[in-house]
Amino acid sequence: MSRSEVLRATGPTASASMDVKIGMKKDGTITAGQIFFRMQGGAFPGMSPIGEALPCAFACYDIPALKHEAVEVIANRPKAAAYRAPGSPMAAFAVESMVDEMCRELKLDPIEVRLKNGAKNGSKSSYGPIYTMIGLQETLEAAKAHPNYAIPLGPNQGRGVASGFWFNHGGETSVSLAVGEDGTATVMIGTPDIGGSRASIGLMVAETLGIPYEDVRVNVVETGALGVNEPTHGSRATFASGKAAVEAARQAIAEMCRRAAADWGIDADAVEWKDGAAHPAGPNAGKHPPMTIGEIGAKMGSTGGPISGHHEVTAGGYGASFGTHVVDVEVDPETGRTTVIRYLVVQDAGTAIHPAYVEGQYQGGAAQGIGWALNEEYVYGTDGRLQNPVFLDYRIPVASDLPMIDTVIIEVPNPGHPYGVRGVGETGITPPLPAIAAAIAGATGARIRSLPCTPPKVLAAIKALRG
Amino acid sequence: MRYHTPTSFTDAAAIAARATGTLRFLAGGTDVLVQMRAGMVQPDDLIDLKHIPGVDKIEQTPDGGWKIGIAVPGIVLGGHAALVRDWPGVVEGMNLVGSTQVQGRATLAGNLCNGSPAADSVPGLIAAGAMVTVTGPSGSRDIPVEAVPAGPGKTNLAKGEVISSITLPPRGKNGGDAYLRFIPRTEMDIAVVGCAVSLRLDGDKIVEARVALGAVAPTVLLSEACAKAIIGTTLDDAALAALTKAAEGAAKPISDKRGTKEFRIEVAGVLARRAAKIAYDRAKGLTK
Repeated sequence: MSRSEVLRATGPTASASMDVKIGMKKDGTITAGQIFFRMQGGAFPGMSPIGEALPCAFACYDIPALKHEAVEVIANRPKAAAYRAPGSPMAAFAVESMVDEMCRELKLDPIEVRLKNGAKNGSKSSYGPIYTMIGLQETLEAAKAHPNYAIPLGPNQGRGVASGFWFNHGGETSVSLAVGEDGTATVMIGTPDIGGSRASIGLMVAETLGIPYEDVRVNVVETGALGVNEPTHGSRATFASGKAAVEAARQAIAEMCRRAAADWGIDADAVEWKDGAAHPAGPNAGKHPPMTIGEIGAKMGSTGGPISGHHEVTAGGYGASFGTHVVDVEVDPETGRTTVIRYLVVQDAGTAIHPAYVEGQYQGGAAQGIGWALNEEYVYGTDGRLQNPVFLDYRIPVASDLPMIDTVIIEVPNPGHPYGVRGVGETGITPPLPAIAAAIAGATGARIRSLPCTPPKVLAAIKALRG
Repeated sequence: MRYHTPTSFTDAAAIAARATGTLRFLAGGTDVLVQMRAGMVQPDDLIDLKHIPGVDKIEQTPDGGWKIGIAVPGIVLGGHAALVRDWPGVVEGMNLVGSTQVQGRATLAGNLCNGSPAADSVPGLIAAGAMVTVTGPSGSRDIPVEAVPAGPGKTNLAKGEVISSITLPPRGKNGGDAYLRFIPRTEMDIAVVGCAVSLRLDGDKIVEARVALGAVAPTVLLSEACAKAIIGTTLDDAALAALTKAAEGAAKPISDKRGTKEFRIEVAGVLARRAAKIAYDRAKGLTK
């Protein structure tokens, strides 16, 4: 498809409008929340992410009384498609903007208010389940302590804070692992790598097998090469394929222990695996030198045949990832043009298996959210046709539009994963929308209630304020 | 398609005059080749002007002005220290066109003949009082840059005519120019509004001025009212207010996907004010 066809035909996210009502005491205590959302996803029912938007709306808060209502609107528009954390950014724009507006009105620190009302371990989530182990409070504390939060602002500058949430996902997952004759391991996964999952899975398998990362090769294989796999969606790849890969490696380890046990003439139970080799489990197992994965692999043809591991599962145990963003902007009061001068992403990764890739996901989410907040927009003519199906006029941020996006990786391990992994891919697009609108409000006094915050819109709001 | 490589403008004009189908001249090619690849235009005759001697040269004229070849790319203009010293506004406008890669090919003449009201190099040329030499079947004539564009994608050049050089007047003493454009991003956008100001001082007082506005009408505008608003002033607050009003009055934009009419009118005033200040400071020698 050409770029123009992609923009015309593959589906934008849904359009949305939201009403929010929040009860807050003068000390910042939130007593109740109510939302009414409308989402349009094209000509067919069920195409908008209204079902995700509602539970995301108050997911960051522990509020005693909540009411969620929504309708889906059908229109002759392109069908919506899944777009990073479907539904969550719009919900956050509504709720977090409202919270920010109340904080400014009551002159309360926006991080303190979120610490006070934010979801914690043991909180009942807004959509039902009890949160057992989450990291929202840790992201808020780290944002508060970060140097960016203390930098004095200049004229026409404003600071915005917002938190965000994504459920994450497990899903149907199948992974195979084969031990090579040279002691290396090849892992076959069915989740395409869209931001570091292969490297992360390779690291987890290497750790489990006790061999160097360089000795593990992770391949994304064709559909028919494995059992059923859901695609890479829901921030599930590193979590679910990683979890299954660890299980597959454990299966291969069990077999390698059996081969060593047979060679040594002892029970398989008396063999343990460490540092990439089978070892006698204790003195009673006899004195046998460790048998490495390379030695086992080299003779596997004559000791029982090829050694592999498999794991097929509908992966449970996924844990939500919360994030808090702090952004500073400068608004040109004569043109309404917003420049992002400083940006901080703090997010819980569970365990950051490959920190550089986790950071990349944080920065990518922020960049995509900044684009949504400031300039990205589908412009339709009166004939209903898309007028800007090229990147010249569908204005995603270019590199020079963005400052260095600072990151802090919080690690509150997910108990549902052998290495504590949470998905990190989607939460990051959620806070930028309300955080930037809040920063613009700080810089200008004008609250922008629809996105994107384009220069004409911001300038008109500034002028309306001057009267 | 017939591809021609004439070695003189007279020959180029003769080929153009004989052509009966779709004709395009090729200098940098950053518009023509893109349009051809996109299927927007399929020329029957494509006349490559880069084989003509001198088209890649920048030369000082006897009176101290500059004669710029029609194939000199933006990056060469930007690297020419003496030209940048004389006409920083002209060069900064051209250097906003496209990416670094495009700058290696894109030319002033091409930007002008593409006929876009949003062309970034055109307001600077018009404010500078630049002339172009037009060569046709019956000889050459010199016309001001503002006489070239006729509307979006159209020029006033007659059949068989081709721009054969661009001439900037001598800068002289106490002069300064500047170009500013408004885009929502920092790069890779088309001007929503553009404005160039060129002026000359006698002491602190502006004695000559030309102001050009881009992307606010079917062609780049040369605004007499804007010039009058600042001539005879020291660019004090009253002059800046008058200039703002004049620019807002001169702007006749439409609303489109890149910006609204109201926004363009307002920003025309803002940019005129800001560009005038930069040009003034440059004329005073306070900034480069």
